[in-house]
Amino acid sequence: MSVSMPGSQTNPESGVVGSGGATAPLLAADGRPLKVSLRRAMFKNKARALLLVSPLLIFLFVAFVMPIFSMLTRSVESNEVITLLPNTAMAVQAWDGEGLPDELTFAALAGDLKQGQIDRNLGRVASRLNYEYSGMRSTITGTARRITNLENPESWKETLIDINSNWADTGVWRVIKRESSGYTLSYYLAAMDMRYDEEGKIVRQPETRRVYVDLMIKTLWMSILITFMCFILGYPVAFLLASLPLSTSNLLMMMVLLPFWTSLLVRTTSWIAILQSQGVLNNILVAIGVVDDNNRLQLIYNQIGTIVAMTHILLPFMILPLYSVMKSISPSYMRAARSMGATGYTAFRRVYFPQTLPGIGAGAILVFILAIGYYITPALVGGESGRFITNFIAYHMQVSLNWGLAAAIASILLGAVIMLYLLYNRIVGSDNLKLG
Amino acid sequence: MKKSFRKSALTAAVMLGTLGVVSAAQAQQPLNVVSWGGAYTMSQEEAYSKPWTEKTGQRIVNIDRSATGLAGLRAQVEAGNVTWDLVDMLPADAKIACAEGLIEILDHDELLSPAPDGTPASQDFVPGALDECFVATIVYSNIVAFNTEMFPADKQPSKIADIFDLENYPGMRSLQRRPINNLEWALLADGVPHDEVYEMLTTEAGLERAFAKLDTIKDNTIWWSEGAQPPQLLADKEVAFASAYNGRIFDAQVNENQPFEIIWDGQVFELDGWVVPRGKMDVAKDFLRFSTDTERNAAQASYISYGPARMSAAGLVGQHIPTGIEMTPHMPTYEPNFATALPKDDEFWADYQDELNERFDAWLAN
Amino acid sequence: MAVPAYATPAERVWYYAFRIICGLIFCFLVGPLFIIIPLSFNAEPYFSFTQKMLTLDPEGFSLRWYQDFFTSAAWLHSIKNSIIIAVASTILATVLGTIAALGLSSRFMPYRSVVMAILISPMIVPVIISGAGMFFFFSSIGIAQTYLGVILAHTALGIPFVVITVTATLTGFDQSLIRAAASMGANPTTTFFKVILPLVLPGVISGALFAFATSFDEVVVVLFISGPAQSTMPIQMWSGIRESISPTILAVATILVLLSIAMLTTVELLRRRSEKIRGISPG
Repeated sequence: MSVSMPGSQTNPESGVVGSGGATAPLLAADGRPLKVSLRRAMFKNKARALLLVSPLLIFLFVAFVMPIFSMLTRSVESNEVITLLPNTAMAVQAWDGEGLPDELTFAALAGDLKQGQIDRNLGRVASRLNYEYSGMRSTITGTARRITNLENPESWKETLIDINSNWADTGVWRVIKRESSGYTLSYYLAAMDMRYDEEGKIVRQPETRRVYVDLMIKTLWMSILITFMCFILGYPVAFLLASLPLSTSNLLMMMVLLPFWTSLLVRTTSWIAILQSQGVLNNILVAIGVVDDNNRLQLIYNQIGTIVAMTHILLPFMILPLYSVMKSISPSYMRAARSMGATGYTAFRRVYFPQTLPGIGAGAILVFILAIGYYITPALVGGESGRFITNFIAYHMQVSLNWGLAAAIASILLGAVIMLYLLYNRIVGSDNLKLG
Repeated sequence: MKKSFRKSALTAAVMLGTLGVVSAAQAQQPLNVVSWGGAYTMSQEEAYSKPWTEKTGQRIVNIDRSATGLAGLRAQVEAGNVTWDLVDMLPADAKIACAEGLIEILDHDELLSPAPDGTPASQDFVPGALDECFVATIVYSNIVAFNTEMFPADKQPSKIADIFDLENYPGMRSLQRRPINNLEWALLADGVPHDEVYEMLTTEAGLERAFAKLDTIKDNTIWWSEGAQPPQLLADKEVAFASAYNGRIFDAQVNENQPFEIIWDGQVFELDGWVVPRGKMDVAKDFLRFSTDTERNAAQASYISYGPARMSAAGLVGQHIPTGIEMTPHMPTYEPNFATALPKDDEFWADYQDELNERFDAWLAN
Repeated sequence: MAVPAYATPAERVWYYAFRIICGLIFCFLVGPLFIIIPLSFNAEPYFSFTQKMLTLDPEGFSLRWYQDFFTSAAWLHSIKNSIIIAVASTILATVLGTIAALGLSSRFMPYRSVVMAILISPMIVPVIISGAGMFFFFSSIGIAQTYLGVILAHTALGIPFVVITVTATLTGFDQSLIRAAASMGANPTTTFFKVILPLVLPGVISGALFAFATSFDEVVVVLFISGPAQSTMPIQMWSGIRESISPTILAVATILVLLSIAMLTTVELLRRRSEKIRGISPG
């Protein structure tokens, strides 16, 4: 394949060629028009590149993208009522939301409950409705138990209300009607400390039940603090590494990379050993008489613990991008500034520092992204006040089993991370990410 | 035609062969038993597992996941790959698991052995011990304990109200990170009579009163989440008081000679026992029968201070095997300990835990 | 960076103060890793230095926690699991990642930055979110609570590291070498094994080590999607730390610190070798 110089390419379609009539297209060595040949070669190259990447893309689609997608689905899915109380879900649609539904709906409910008792699957719908309305768990399971052997009473409405007065509550029926569509917003509402009131309007949670918004703000705030700490500690180190001769700096760089390579759990364990009240640091302070033995400092299981341990864990992610930017700054700028009479401080502030801003931006966003999604360290050393929003994702996944709420909180967090990631891409470009 | 017949015959033979191998392997398969870990699992090991392995040769694998047992069961059933064979669970969780169809319904008289005097199993357990899908093995208690070295000898705490008294009993406290028990204790300490506690907790005024009481010690409290933490925190003197399962404190008292004392006043007692995950009846039923018979049930009480759930076992409780200590005074059900005990209301918590967990979290965060 | 001759006294003070500050930060970085090593030889079941240890009394030290570790069935089982899972996911991630990196570093690769952003995303998305999603999805296709599920999950988490390191190695790769090989009659397979692979191998090995370390250290996803049979070493440590910190964990931690020193040294040597081969070694 022979290619002519780019400058001599005259593209017939580009309109560059004058009105002097059609010029014969340039031909490649095999006699085809060069443009076609080029495009074909280009296409082949593109296809080959894509082909190489495609196995990985397919793999990630299955092992990563689909899971994320199924989590997003979970956060709005609410099929318990529609699948486990199907007849009730249908019958309640005819109800206008005022007073109580008609006898037919009550009969449908009785039928569904009986069936559910046989199939032993009422637990899920009972749990689901209990999230929306406390007391529904025992209302449903209790009612179902009581009516198993009941055959067509005069009025199901009276019978059910007789068994449990909750069935006479308009609010209960509004919840059932609302949750009959298969999809729900209530997980997202809960994640934002809001709820439906008895009338079905969206309102804020009462103050005694607001948890997540404050925690999200606290997570952001602590992540900012951790990022700032990493900057304060990372900048001098990166500066030193960048200005030392390579043989020395390579050795010191190992000290930055070692924590990076060490297990997260090991690093967290060390901090527990150091910071706990019978730990190394408190023992030293007591031994030198700074702290009274009975009044040891509480340095762990609170925000201090989280911030110290996480700063340690994330510090390399700040130092590495800073170092690579500083390494590219020629020392002659500083010398020039000095030679023109600037003091060391002025030269640094006016000449050097501005050039390191891209590195600060890259490091800060990276540290911040990693910080707000951290789980292990806050869970182990954060105690109560050092908790992150991620702790609640784990809690709802594993303990309370409110998977929809876990998914909703996770989706909100994911949204925040993706936005930051896009910002990072604009500033740095993910293909410029380096690992030591 | 002939060929394909031979082929399918071959396939069938291979399949049968595999089946044979599988069922033979099944007999040798160890039993995966999920429990709470620590001293409690140890007592089960001594009282049930070791004799069982001696008798049948089947190995028991202990998995310490009961704290997230319901989540684990749900996940396994959802994944269609149930690996747990028998799970130790609280009755409240068992009720939920049962309603969701995650665990097997038990026919108590058929599955469980009768008492030595022939009383059928259904008549031999303490009230509430047998539920549709649940069979209790022990009666245990949530109590508050303290480290005696943290207080002067003439000023040792003795009442549940003392944990809220920072003036006379200073120091850090450790309570379980959940509303259950803590709300009850707050009201009891505030002077609410035992039989009005749960009724009061259904009202806003009652909840406000309980949280206000907890507010008084909030800044002095470390919250724990694993049963092994409170004895550890007490031993390290990280805290002066800690709520705990009474057996864990007993274990630290007698096996590690820790200077701990239990405040029996206001103990909240409940049951704990076995459930069989869905589809595991065949593999689990023999061990279930063995581990719930009168002899085993009484034997467990020789290793940990939890009361046996079988009435026929109560009379057989004797001495702590490793140390020879008389067990009876350490039992939650021992008369002097039991005078001010409060039974945990499972129904109340089943209905209100979603709401109260949220409220408790909000309270902790603010 | 020596003190320049023209430095003022204040600058000299600052020069040394700055070095001391940096020294303290380096202590902050590596100190915690080394403090647990002596603690792991504590004869007492405590988490702090005893009087006997401080006076270097041999009675204050013992190997009992190491013995605990090497004789505990649960720990040994978890090591076996960790190794199986880490090796399998490393192989998968390295093969898939290296092939993809070859495509990515081609200058004809369309939508390069978008594709790159997707490939890196498992590193950016908080693990707890990936873990929750994998739990939901893997449960629905029946591979939760299996080795396969954990291996696939760890492969996904390790891939970004392989892609980043291998593409970085390929950036300095001289494409004319491939043409040179072809012109001398080598077929693509020969070219790959004789020319490309030796040159990118250091990057591939570094990437593989990163992937291995990622899997070997991963807790959250395993916590969500593994059954008891797949319990790994980090899981064992995690539950140990949450309950009570027995010094056995310190023994494990010490072993892991030594392992990470070994891995870091390997990666560092490989990096230097790679720079030397490609002739961009700064000396």
